[in-house]
Amino acid sequence: MAGFREYKIGARIFGLALSGSMTITLFFPSINIASTASTDVALAKQLTVGHETGFNLDDPFLKGKNKPIVVNLKNDPKTGQPLAQQQTVFVYPAGAPFPAGILHPRILGTGVEELSVQQGHIEDARKEAGAVFALNKAVYQGKEVSYIEDLSTTKGWTPDDVLRVAKDEDVSHAGAGKTMFVREGCWWCHTLLPEETQDWQVFGAPPMQGDFNGESPTAFGSDRKAPDLLHVGSRNSSREWMMMHFFNPRLVQPHSIMPRFDYLWGEKDANGNKIDYPKWRQEYIEYREGKRVTPPEVPSYAKNSEIRSLIDFMLSLK
Amino acid sequence: MFKYLMAKNEDIPSGASAVFFGFSAIIWFVIGTGLGSFNAAKLAFPDFVTGEIYFSFGHMRQVHVMAVIFGWISMAFAMAMMYITPALGNNKLWSEKLGIWNCMLWNIGLLVGLTVLWAGITSGREYSDFPWPVDLYLASFVFIPLGVNVWMTILNRRTQGIYTTNWFFAAATFMVIIVFLVGNSPEFFHLTGLTEAYLTWWFAHNVLGLWITPVAAAIAYYTIPKVTGNPLYSHRIGHLHFWSVVVFYSTPAAHHLMSAPLPEWLKSFASVEGVLILVPAIAFVSNIMLTMKGKWHMFVENIEVRFTITGCLMAIPLNMQGGFQQTRAINWYIHGTGWIVAHAHLALLGFSTFLEAAAVYLGLQTMMNRKLYSLKLANMHFWLLLVGFTTYWVSMTIAGLIQGAGKIYEVPYIDVVIAEHPYMIARWLGGTLVFTGNTMWLYNMWMTARKGTVIPAGRMPHELQYER
Repeated sequence: MAGFREYKIGARIFGLALSGSMTITLFFPSINIASTASTDVALAKQLTVGHETGFNLDDPFLKGKNKPIVVNLKNDPKTGQPLAQQQTVFVYPAGAPFPAGILHPRILGTGVEELSVQQGHIEDARKEAGAVFALNKAVYQGKEVSYIEDLSTTKGWTPDDVLRVAKDEDVSHAGAGKTMFVREGCWWCHTLLPEETQDWQVFGAPPMQGDFNGESPTAFGSDRKAPDLLHVGSRNSSREWMMMHFFNPRLVQPHSIMPRFDYLWGEKDANGNKIDYPKWRQEYIEYREGKRVTPPEVPSYAKNSEIRSLIDFMLSLK
Repeated sequence: MFKYLMAKNEDIPSGASAVFFGFSAIIWFVIGTGLGSFNAAKLAFPDFVTGEIYFSFGHMRQVHVMAVIFGWISMAFAMAMMYITPALGNNKLWSEKLGIWNCMLWNIGLLVGLTVLWAGITSGREYSDFPWPVDLYLASFVFIPLGVNVWMTILNRRTQGIYTTNWFFAAATFMVIIVFLVGNSPEFFHLTGLTEAYLTWWFAHNVLGLWITPVAAAIAYYTIPKVTGNPLYSHRIGHLHFWSVVVFYSTPAAHHLMSAPLPEWLKSFASVEGVLILVPAIAFVSNIMLTMKGKWHMFVENIEVRFTITGCLMAIPLNMQGGFQQTRAINWYIHGTGWIVAHAHLALLGFSTFLEAAAVYLGLQTMMNRKLYSLKLANMHFWLLLVGFTTYWVSMTIAGLIQGAGKIYEVPYIDVVIAEHPYMIARWLGGTLVFTGNTMWLYNMWMTARKGTVIPAGRMPHELQYER
């Protein structure tokens, strides 16, 4: 075997060069990024979307299964009495996997980690029983810091209690919606990253370094063929508009090149009637050709349809 | 080919795995560019095949990208390695049987991976879209066996020293395994947040920088001297190319995220290293151009030389763009626009594809001992690729500049969409020309296998006259 006999020095320099490169481009950035504490955005985001919205064994077909539910809580789940102040809680039904920040509090960053563990008791949360989380604030070394509180431990609220008192309009399936966002490839055209140099006015503030702790995938998108969506919920909060736009974007924006996502409505509409897609498309063609004055009515989506969670996710992007 | 799967290694004729890989690569190229053309049609005409989940743009875009990168480009590389590595080591491929199995498992894995992606089962990470079980499969049954075969062939060579092409093959087959395993680690270990975002682009950058670019160049280092008969202009410039790829091309991953909130030192460092990519680029292009001395007539007469030199010439605008578009001074304008899409196609469809096409033309003729069936069809293939690509590149570059202007002047987005529409149609036409050219190529190579004139032992394909 000839081996590398003529290249003893070269082979060593190659190893040195490649490991040097990996040290600078992997090791240094990873300690730098890991030292960043979570912002409020990162805490709310990871509790909203849960453990993972790309491929994972809890939801292998990306159907939005085993995801947390965000509830705008108005009544006390124990007593049923109205709360003095509405509260946003993140409900993890039994079996739904917890986000990275709950599983590895270390990634939350200095202050957030200590408070979440000591005052928030997040290490007592159990996946088998499910849990209810919320954000809270406390002072850490003279500074006010947000942290995660496990309400199942501190107040004894169970997921079932919370879901029992919550009305459907107070519930958001944004976590399942982000799964739709990833599966349907929305991010191939819509970025989630207003650029630091010039996007402030139209698309809003660019994100901060600590805005992503615990999120996976971040799905920034790289090829912007359509508006940035990081703050879309602040620009447009109309469910009605979103519904028409997803069913057929050209109903509200004649020049749009977005695909139709009518298939996310599924078989049946909100009243349990079968949606007649061929009829709808035929009527739409007639409308486009000027044979009808108004476009056909967009069917209302069912409560548990995929489009509902996708719209919930859109509206959660404040 | 399948009859060799269970044969003894000694009974498999030399070059069998190269031929298997070569035809697989061409078929994936036809599929990949067909999907590209289909996707482009959807951007130009949004109601073209609509409302069906499996024909939605978001389900098909990544299938196009992965089919051309891991089907066409990477399999063409494997094909080149299967015949060039032993040719330069004056020995036989270490194991033809491993090569055949490697090719079959590669085709199966890619087919499964693309089907899964098509269904929407994705990691949601650009360029590393495959879910992690597919990543593990590809590492174990695609890249590691390929690396073993190439390395064992080089280690068992019967020559003094190793030629430039084989340094690159050895280094790249090793580095791609590392890149694949480290770049997908966010999926294996559920790393999250900016670490995940950065590693996504670390993978994307390095799969281009440490796999596609160096292997494509290595192929040209073989094709041009072999076909023209000129020795490589400079071994030392080859050294400069090799070492600067390892040092400069492996470091600027963060320049893909210049407007993301990564640490500032990392972006600045990446940006400087990104300009230094011009070092390997200039070394490579000048070395090849100077090797052509006295043989420029072959640029017109010989199809392999024409493809290779056209690819090398395209490396000049490619690297001028690549070196400077990632600096802060320019990146803010063109980041995330069609300009980048045009640049990516200049790298993969312009520069690298032309070099690989030459290698597949040359390799299939050599390994099958058959002269190319038709020069006319090959010329058509060349011009359809070149005109189609140029149409695509020009239209997307213009579209990107429009988007950039729309971005900085904060024009309502829909006006940008309207302004881009004609260029989207041009892009679709360009892509369709490329797809048409590739179907001709598949026919041409199939006919070469069936009806090409047999090349006498000891002769090279280019020493025979073209017949059609």
